[in-house]
This record gives sequence, structure tokens and C-alpha cells, in this order.
Amino acid sequence: MTDIIIEFNDVEYQVSATPARPILSGVSLQIHQGETIALLGRSGSGKTTMLKLINRLRCLTSGKLLVEGQDVRDWDRIRLRRRIGYVIQEVGLFPHLTVQENVSLVPALENWSPARINQRFAEVMHLVGIDPAEYAARYPRELSGGQKQRVGVARALAADPAILLMDEPFGALDPVTRAELQQEFLALARRVSKTIVLVTHDVREALLLGTRVVLLDAGRIVAESTPLEFRQLQQPIARQFIAASELVAGAAQ
Amino acid sequence: MNVLQFFATHVDEILNATREHLALVVISMAIAVAIGVPLGMALVSRPRSRSAALTVANIFQTIPSLALFGLLIPLPLIGGIGMRTAVVALVLYALLPILRNTCVGLSNIDPAILEAAEAMGMTEPQILFRVRLPLATSVILAGIRTATVITIGVATIAAAIGAGGLGTFIFRGVAMVSDAVILAGAIPAALLALLADFLLGLLERRLRVI
Repeated sequence: MTDIIIEFNDVEYQVSATPARPILSGVSLQIHQGETIALLGRSGSGKTTMLKLINRLRCLTSGKLLVEGQDVRDWDRIRLRRRIGYVIQEVGLFPHLTVQENVSLVPALENWSPARINQRFAEVMHLVGIDPAEYAARYPRELSGGQKQRVGVARALAADPAILLMDEPFGALDPVTRAELQQEFLALARRVSKTIVLVTHDVREALLLGTRVVLLDAGRIVAESTPLEFRQLQQPIARQFIAASELVAGAAQ
Repeated sequence: MNVLQFFATHVDEILNATREHLALVVISMAIAVAIGVPLGMALVSRPRSRSAALTVANIFQTIPSLALFGLLIPLPLIGGIGMRTAVVALVLYALLPILRNTCVGLSNIDPAILEAAEAMGMTEPQILFRVRLPLATSVILAGIRTATVITIGVATIAAAIGAGGLGTFIFRGVAMVSDAVILAGAIPAALLALLADFLLGLLERRLRVI
């Protein structure tokens, strides 16, 4: 097996106000280099929190979490985050900056040379299927929802991070655009060979995009499987997700 | 004597008072902006100090302007008769809209944008100067615009403590029961306020990002 790049070891996260019910508890998970992990769960299952622990937008309350072999608490927060790409449903492009300025922000903060920044901008824009020359000077408000999300992904990839965290990246898109971007995501994931942790509540998206699916319920990992084996899982929450997806498929027929 | 006649015979005096008035406004506004905007920026991640500062600024605003000028006179250093005291009072008045709009503008940022900025590894100062401030510019300017219009009006009262300006005519006109003399102060003051409102409004629209 390849190297472990992220390792959760009995991780717990709780907000001090409600110690009775931690948001995450007993979470252990090894994520290998180049995997695409789909964190699947209902709203409030703790999947987004798990993601935010990795780049320390939240700080775990007990246990151990290693990123690239080093405890997240020992990482300099800023250094850690600049090595990890982050994509969210709302995209969060800066409205006062052009597409190029948005995408090139982290490389610029990292003091790359202008030539290297421009070259990288063109590279990542091609990766996400947007013409860099045509869109460089546009502002986010001039983009469609799908284009915004593509630019968001380009921005996350700009500094060539080894890890990419994605929180329901396609959740706000219309079904056609979503399917389109999911297909492109698959091609992209193969090409860039990054470790990707993707949060979703859509079982079909998890099975389509993940090389491994991790199922969360009420702050605990209840199952881990390959997409192929997922339908054989017996845990009640897994059966519920499978039933829900079949209900949608059945209705379609 | 009608208004036009008074204007014609007192042009130099009126222009002079207008200059004094403008000086009062510009100096006071410069100081108020220099205090209000950095203070608002410093309070961005300190919600409790922020509401305390806003309360204090609010209290200054509730004191009737004539009373505030009067109350300042006996104070050492900042008090006395004349322009310095007037500037202090005008700054206290202008502070609230500037501080309030700075605080609101800097904190009313789409949470997704702030989360993205943080997750990209921007430091707190980088987020403040490169994200919050540019996105708050037009809101801050709107505060400066409101404050300027208020200051131009309140500055007429500064004549009561010997600071000069267009208020001189208004007070004189009241004493003489002469509409013409009152209007000689009131009309230029109103025009100044309209002009400042218009120009700052233009600037505000220019700098709006979204």
C-alpha cells in the first residue's frame, strides 16, 4: 500500500458548551496518498467537521491527527493551509478580485515569480476546462455557477497542494452541470494524482467519485468500503442511504 | 433689505465665512476619519470592545450640539473659545457614523468568503487588508458621506463659541430678526452640504465592488 498522508487516531471534537454529545468521537482513519475518500453522512453527522480538522479550521479536542506525518497541532496553521487545497459549496471567490487574481492568490502569497504564477494560472485553468486568456480579467459576478465552481477548484489547485479538501463542491449546481462537473472531476482526479477528501450527503456522488467511501453517523465512522462493496453493507444507516438512492432510481423508471 | 441685495453687498464676507466653514469641516472630518476607520479596523475581532466603542460614540451623538459646544468650553486643553473647541465637538459628532459604518462594513462579509480566505492560509492582517477592507470600502465611504453632511450642518452652530464660519450670519440674522442675513449663512451651508453629498456619492458608487 502507498504512504499514509492523513491519519486520524481516536480523534474527538466537541464544542465546550455541549460536552454530553461530541460532534466527533472515536474517529480513526488512514488516508493514503492518491486516494479519493468520500465522507458520506447526513447533515450533522460530523463529516464537514472532519474535513475542517485536517486544515485546522477546527482544532481537535483529543486524539491525534497526523498530516504528512506531523501532528496538526505542531504544524504552523498558515503553512499547513497553504499546502492543502480547499473547495466549498459556496465557492467563496473574492468578488473584488479578477479570476486570475483569485486563482493566483496563494502562489502570490507564497512569493512565486510573476512568470511562474502566470504559467501556473494557465495550467490550472486548462485543467478545469476554462480558457485562461478569455476569463483572466473577469470578475466572479460575471461567471455562471458552474464556472465559479471550476474557478474555485482551479484556485484550490493553484499552489499544487498534495491534499485537496472538498465540501459538497457540486451541491449548489443544477443537476446537469453537476453531472458534467462530476465527470470532469473523475478525469481531473486521475490526472493530478492528489489525495482528495470529499464531503457529500449524496450516496451516488460518493460511489461515483470516491475510491473509498467512509460512512459517518452521529459523529462516528460506522463503515468503510469500496464503492463496489457499499451496497452489501448491513449497518442501518448504510441501508437507509442505499434505500434512498434506490428510491430515486426507482422513481426515475 | 432683500436677500439678493445682501449677497451682493457682502460677497467678500460670505466667501470668507464659507472658507472658514470649509476649513472647520475638512479639519474635523480628516481627524474623525483618521480616528474612526483605524478604530473600526482594530475592533474587527473584538466584538465586546466594539459595542462599547459604539455606545460611547452614540452617547456623543445624543448630546444636543449647542450643549456639547458649551460643555467643552470650560475643559482644559481642548476647551476655550474658538476653532479648536469647535473641531473637537465636530469630531465627536462625526465619529459615530464613520465608526459604525466601518464596523458594519468590515464584519458584514459573506462567511463563505472569509472561510475561503482562512482556509487558503491568509493571515489575520492579510484578511483584514486584502479582503475585508476592499469589500467594506463603499460602506465606509457611505459613513463618511453621512458624517460630512452632518458636520456641515452642525458647524454652523460653532459660531456660537466664536469659531466663525457661516453660522456667524445665522446667529447675527436671528439677533437682527433679518431673514436676509440668516439666509446669507443658511443658503451657502445648504449648497455645501448638497455638493459634498453629491461628490462623495459619486466616489462611493465608483468604489463599490459588488
